[in-house]
Amino acid sequence: MNPAAIIARELTKRYGELEAVRSVSFEVGSGEVVGFLGPNGAGKTTTVRMLCCFLPPTSGTASIHGLDVRERPRDVKWLLGVCPQEDNLDPDFDVLKNLLVYGRYFGLPGRIVRRRALELLEFVALSDKTHVPVQALSGGMKRRLILARALLNEPRVLILDEPTTGLDPQARHAIWTRIRSLRAHGTTVLLTTHYMEEATQLCDRVVVMDDGKILLEGAPLDLVEREVGRTVVEAWNYGEEFVHFMRALPGRLEEVGDRLYFYPKEGDHIERLFEERFPHQERLIRRATLEDVFLKLTGRALRD
Amino acid sequence: MRAILRNVSLRSLRVWRRDLDVYLTNWKTEFLPPLSEPVLYVFAFGLGLGSLIHTIHYEGRELTYLRFMAPGIVAVAIMFWSYFETTYSSFVRMYYQRTFDAILATPLLVEDVILGELLWGATKAVIASTIMLGMLALLGLVTWPSALWVIPLSAVAGVLFSALGLVVTSVTKNISSFNLPMFLMIMPMFMFSGTFFPVSILPKWALVIAWCLPLTHVSYLVRAAVLGWPRGPLAVSAVYVAVLAVVLSALALRLMKRRLIQ
Ligand SMILES: Nc1ncnc2c1ncn2[C@@H]1O[C@H](COP(=O)(O)OP(=O)(O)O)[C@@H](O)[C@H]1O
Ligand SMILES: [Mg+2]
Repeated sequence: MNPAAIIARELTKRYGELEAVRSVSFEVGSGEVVGFLGPNGAGKTTTVRMLCCFLPPTSGTASIHGLDVRERPRDVKWLLGVCPQEDNLDPDFDVLKNLLVYGRYFGLPGRIVRRRALELLEFVALSDKTHVPVQALSGGMKRRLILARALLNEPRVLILDEPTTGLDPQARHAIWTRIRSLRAHGTTVLLTTHYMEEATQLCDRVVVMDDGKILLEGAPLDLVEREVGRTVVEAWNYGEEFVHFMRALPGRLEEVGDRLYFYPKEGDHIERLFEERFPHQERLIRRATLEDVFLKLTGRALRD
Repeated sequence: MRAILRNVSLRSLRVWRRDLDVYLTNWKTEFLPPLSEPVLYVFAFGLGLGSLIHTIHYEGRELTYLRFMAPGIVAVAIMFWSYFETTYSSFVRMYYQRTFDAILATPLLVEDVILGELLWGATKAVIASTIMLGMLALLGLVTWPSALWVIPLSAVAGVLFSALGLVVTSVTKNISSFNLPMFLMIMPMFMFSGTFFPVSILPKWALVIAWCLPLTHVSYLVRAAVLGWPRGPLAVSAVYVAVLAVVLSALALRLMKRRLIQ
């Protein structure tokens, strides 16, 4: 792996009684794209905010390219581009002005900011919205503008907290395309997401968090193979006999509501087996995905 | 003190510029109140009330009620414009618009944000008092050049009331809670700090309280400048205002920092 862009060691954040992040350690290599997955309240945003020097860690350390987030916040933030979970565009300014003012916070010369801003608006396909007030933008356009804003200082490390939550598929894919292109240019990306497909498509590696801790990490497809195997069988409208039959097969069986999930140890012959024994059973045999891993690790109970 | 001043830098002017840019974007609506306010006051109080109270005794001299009151409304404007900016407006930026969050993702630090807001609040006081002074001059209620003192005075007093606003903001959880300090602190100052009548007519105990209020000193100084009549212990008032401005600014930095970093 390349030299680490982000190093976190036993990072902990406590809000009064609540321990939101519990002694989390991880590294992100230079040029790597890493996704943090986890249900609501897992501690993803808190972790990210500590890396961005927004929140002082209760204990533990974090550094970006060797710079400690607590000792050198100004220098750290020079290296970072940040897309926060919640929109915080300036509603009093139009699209271009949002970028110009943001560039000024960095102390960049106006001429350079303007040039980069126009290039970035091109990059995120907002060139025709230059003088539109930000309130008039759609959700997807706002996210793209925030992405452009995060890139103004040409960051080495991009931190994206739920970059596509709430967006329609077109808008989501538009963001993905941009992230892929940044990856191709060697930008390190740490993103958090609820969308397993997003993680699978974009990330070299995913980190699954729950309850303030890291449960598991690895390359998305490796994780799937390791944790749930290749194949998943879903069945519904089944009888006792079918359940008995499934129990006897090697693998993991799970009943959720009126649906049966089966994760076979060996999935190759399962289709043929069903054809022979239960040809009329309503079922779906599909490839296992990261979502199956996620649900296995974090359970199916609702989180808010 | 050392700890408070750490990280304080001129970078805060970048935050100040952001607020100024918003102001200039909306300048048409922003300019109207300080232009029209003195006219309203002059009509309601000066001409209305002034027709009942023709003259008034102030610092051993007799003058028309209108001339007495006019500097008072400038002092009040200094307080209102800076205090409102760092309470309601700063709260909107901090809480609803998350503007501070956006700024803090850049190399600027919490201290830069707080100081930028403080300076912008003071700037609004300077802008408002300057415009009002111009309007009052048109009405023939201003003595030049001593009235020019109002400008530096509004800067210092603006810092004072901005800092007071930030102190309040730092302990405010939701925007409606601003009503309480408004009625307990700002309105009493508005009424009893020599805006509409000389504090000297108050009973002894109230007089002592009145002279503790920063607005009393600001009114006193503004009135001396606008009337062109420098009598009495002006230096004492000036020092009082300056010291309070510094102390409240340090407190504002400390408390807002605690509020913004959890
Ligand atoms: N400012 C705060 N004060 C108190 N608790 C907080 C604060 N911010 C987050 N939390 C709590 O910390 C936990 C982790 O939250 P968060 O990091 O936002 O999770 P995620 O981003 O994974 O959804 C949650 O239980 C949340 O309620
Ligand atoms: Mg979150």
